[in-house]
Amino acid sequence: MFIPHTDVERQEMLKIIGKKDLSELFNVIPEEFRFPDLDIPHALSEMEAQQQFSNLAGANNACDEMTCFLGAGAYNHYVPAAVDFLLHRGDFFTAYTPYQPEISQGTLQAIFEFQSLIANLTGMEIANASHYDGATAAAEACISAYHHFRGKRPKLVLSPNLNPQYLETIHTYFGMLDESKLVVPEDQMAFSDPNKLADLIDSETALVLVQYPDFLGNIYDLTAITTKAHEQGALVAVSVNPIALGLLKPPADFGVDFVVGEGQPLGIPMSFGGPYLGFFATRKELVRKISGRIVGETVDGTGKRGYVLTLTAREQHIRRDKATSNICTNQGLMTLAATIYMSLLGKSGMREVAELCYHKAHYAAQQIAELKGYKLVTQQPFFNEFVIECPKNVSVINQHMLEHGLIGGFDLEKVNPKLKNQMLIAVTEMNSREEIDLLLDLLEEALHD
Amino acid sequence: MTEPTVYELSSPGRVGIEYAHLDVPPSELPDAFMREELPLPELSELDVVRHFTHLSQLNYSIDGGFYPLGSCTMKYNPRINEVTARMPGFLKVHPLQPIETVQGSLVVMYLLQETLKEITGFSAITLQPAAGAHGELVGSLIMRAYHRSRGDMKRTKVLVPDSAHGTNPATSSMAGFTPVNVPSDARGNVDIEKLRELCDDTLAGLMLTNPNTLGLFDEHVLEVIDIVHQAGGLVYGDGANLNALLGVTRPGDLGFDIMHINLHKTFSTPHGGGGPGSGPVAVAAHLADFLPDPVVGILEEATDELPPLYGFVHPPQSIGRIKSFHGHFGIIVRALTYIMMQGPEGLRAVAEHAVLNANYLMELLKQDYTLPYDRDCMHEFVLEGVWPDAEGVHALDVAKRLMDYGMHPPTNYFPLIVNEALMIEPTETESKQTLDVFVDAMKKIAKEAHEQPELLHEAPHNTPIGRLDEVKAAKDLVLCCWRPEE
Repeated sequence: MFIPHTDVERQEMLKIIGKKDLSELFNVIPEEFRFPDLDIPHALSEMEAQQQFSNLAGANNACDEMTCFLGAGAYNHYVPAAVDFLLHRGDFFTAYTPYQPEISQGTLQAIFEFQSLIANLTGMEIANASHYDGATAAAEACISAYHHFRGKRPKLVLSPNLNPQYLETIHTYFGMLDESKLVVPEDQMAFSDPNKLADLIDSETALVLVQYPDFLGNIYDLTAITTKAHEQGALVAVSVNPIALGLLKPPADFGVDFVVGEGQPLGIPMSFGGPYLGFFATRKELVRKISGRIVGETVDGTGKRGYVLTLTAREQHIRRDKATSNICTNQGLMTLAATIYMSLLGKSGMREVAELCYHKAHYAAQQIAELKGYKLVTQQPFFNEFVIECPKNVSVINQHMLEHGLIGGFDLEKVNPKLKNQMLIAVTEMNSREEIDLLLDLLEEALHD
Repeated sequence: MTEPTVYELSSPGRVGIEYAHLDVPPSELPDAFMREELPLPELSELDVVRHFTHLSQLNYSIDGGFYPLGSCTMKYNPRINEVTARMPGFLKVHPLQPIETVQGSLVVMYLLQETLKEITGFSAITLQPAAGAHGELVGSLIMRAYHRSRGDMKRTKVLVPDSAHGTNPATSSMAGFTPVNVPSDARGNVDIEKLRELCDDTLAGLMLTNPNTLGLFDEHVLEVIDIVHQAGGLVYGDGANLNALLGVTRPGDLGFDIMHINLHKTFSTPHGGGGPGSGPVAVAAHLADFLPDPVVGILEEATDELPPLYGFVHPPQSIGRIKSFHGHFGIIVRALTYIMMQGPEGLRAVAEHAVLNANYLMELLKQDYTLPYDRDCMHEFVLEGVWPDAEGVHALDVAKRLMDYGMHPPTNYFPLIVNEALMIEPTETESKQTLDVFVDAMKKIAKEAHEQPELLHEAPHNTPIGRLDEVKAAKDLVLCCWRPEE
């Protein structure tokens, strides 16, 4: 199967290395711990394995059969057929990290194009080859800012309206830096106007991190808070939904320093949470301060254009203990998916998807606001996510909807007990009017259930 | 021929995909927040398919040929993995769906947790880390949390052998430790006497890759672990080289406290041109409470009528969350598919043949290349790519010349303790024929190094592009598809 050796070949090879049998290769291993009996199931044939996994996959209620209004960090968008067909090319998915540029130009040029597309989408000057996901990209922005000031500005101001999982991840990453101080207004989701963070920014502050649209879907102008932060000498990072940027003003227009975000909406399946990618864009003058792979353009000996990994002196395999991050790879194949997706949709498609999300979400929000017993909490401009207040516990309502084939919105009480009965609903181009009307019917039914 | 970029291929007004018309009344757009321009390329679907097909043809890959890349375990990526991971029931699942609707995915995660624990001999595991380096970070944070939970605040030193991967010292310092180098002895083992000298009450732990990056299993591994434990430290195992140990020995049994596992090396998930990887971290019982939040567990035991209910559990002294959601689920499906098709005998055969292939190559190549540590290797070995009588030829030249013979070069200039290192790992999925072709090419190159060194200096000759000017790349910093403004 996956081991090609025949008995004859094995014997020939053993003879050349002077061993009687395979077990003799392991004499260096302490005898009492050599060749344990592993208590794992016996081998399946490919056919049996496929059947077994098919059964397991069938035990899920997936969004190909269910209607999904759940977002909160991962979104059910359409992935055009060409994306996955191209990812299936063995020349892409069975290649290693492009350390040997002469035979890795495909991967390198694709990353270079990814960097360009992300720079254009966010309006920033440069982007790197990606991080693990939106949460770790946000954490790396915080770490870059902290080290940019060599720890002399120990404070980081984090919006309470960041994705709660990003906040948790940043807290874990900063648990390592004893001198650092993370400031988050205590009551998560208690307020959402980022300008209210202004009073927390001082000369000790390295970075202000906000989300656009924020976790509750709100869109705010970030010019004032950016100006305030810059006056104090601090940097500003924004975590964005890339699909929203097909329509909305890019964060670069507010003058921010880092733009990061979750790349999953860009042609990557939800796949129960991963693998995704985190994108990371910044101003050119900060390029040496950021972590992660970067591809640059150059020429070969004959002047032919080509691409290489560049600025590697920042990285762990060169700097070892002086590196500020230990990241090695990028999200390779996932950045390729996003690159193909953005190339295929291009200028018109990215705008079209964003508009579909916007209009469908606004239709849903307006209709829910008309429903008896329900209230639209979101008052600010929003993109494709909004908050409603329900007459009952969100989990009760969601249970009712689930029984009718619909996955409801995110229960905000799970992240803040004060947000009892509040549901965060996401609408994408995948949701037809019929599906939205089904949502309305089920919400109404749940009232009487 | 140079492949144009997507920006150069773009033609104004061209469309790659159309969506269904809006089926709800439009709402007013927020004027104050509308973007003025969206400078993205405009291509047709065929433009895109052809462009990326052309790009793929510029890549070397496992599907295309032999990849003897030390420390990277470039084994064949079975196609069935791609089928199972893409089943719609797995692919179209939102990570925050109610657990009752994702029992299939949770069972997959639980089964992988259980099998990896059994294979490695550890008590508890997290599948959350996104890559090997991310797993190392988690392991280091667990080490830190463990000592702090005991009020032992002075343990700030982490020992890292001089043969270690660059990530080990980088991770230690990122996690707030001070990495300290431990030298190797003449047989490539950790120098026991030096280790003893460095072990004191400031020791947090040792990061040990075993087999190490020379491909050698430490001959005193039990003693090394014991010395660290006696000093109150923990032993972290870098699992990059686990392929040599499957069914052969269990690091948990040897006394390791923590280990990360690279699913993209040992368990056949594709490297994807640099990711996504997956780096689960396994720990001994005394560290289970510190794992990242959450891990998959059984919330309600099975009854006569019902299967168990799987869900997320939260380790009581968790180091916290280290990324969004629950890990690289798509990679987890692939790894479990692979393990289920191996079974216990198959896993042992993987290690045995990986080690057989490496020793076979080492035996045949040591006649032409200097082998600095001449004893039985495990899954890989390191040669010197330099000869005293072939002046001016370096490991880099050997590596580049190998491309002309249609093969990917070995890892070069690593580990640092070998002069002009060429690190070779064949893996178990390569046949004797392939290995013989490689040996033949390597022998020819050794001969060329002496007789026609210019062939090596100017290599590669047969690749889509020649050696690239890396200094220019770092100086000009052209990082996007347009020239930076002057």
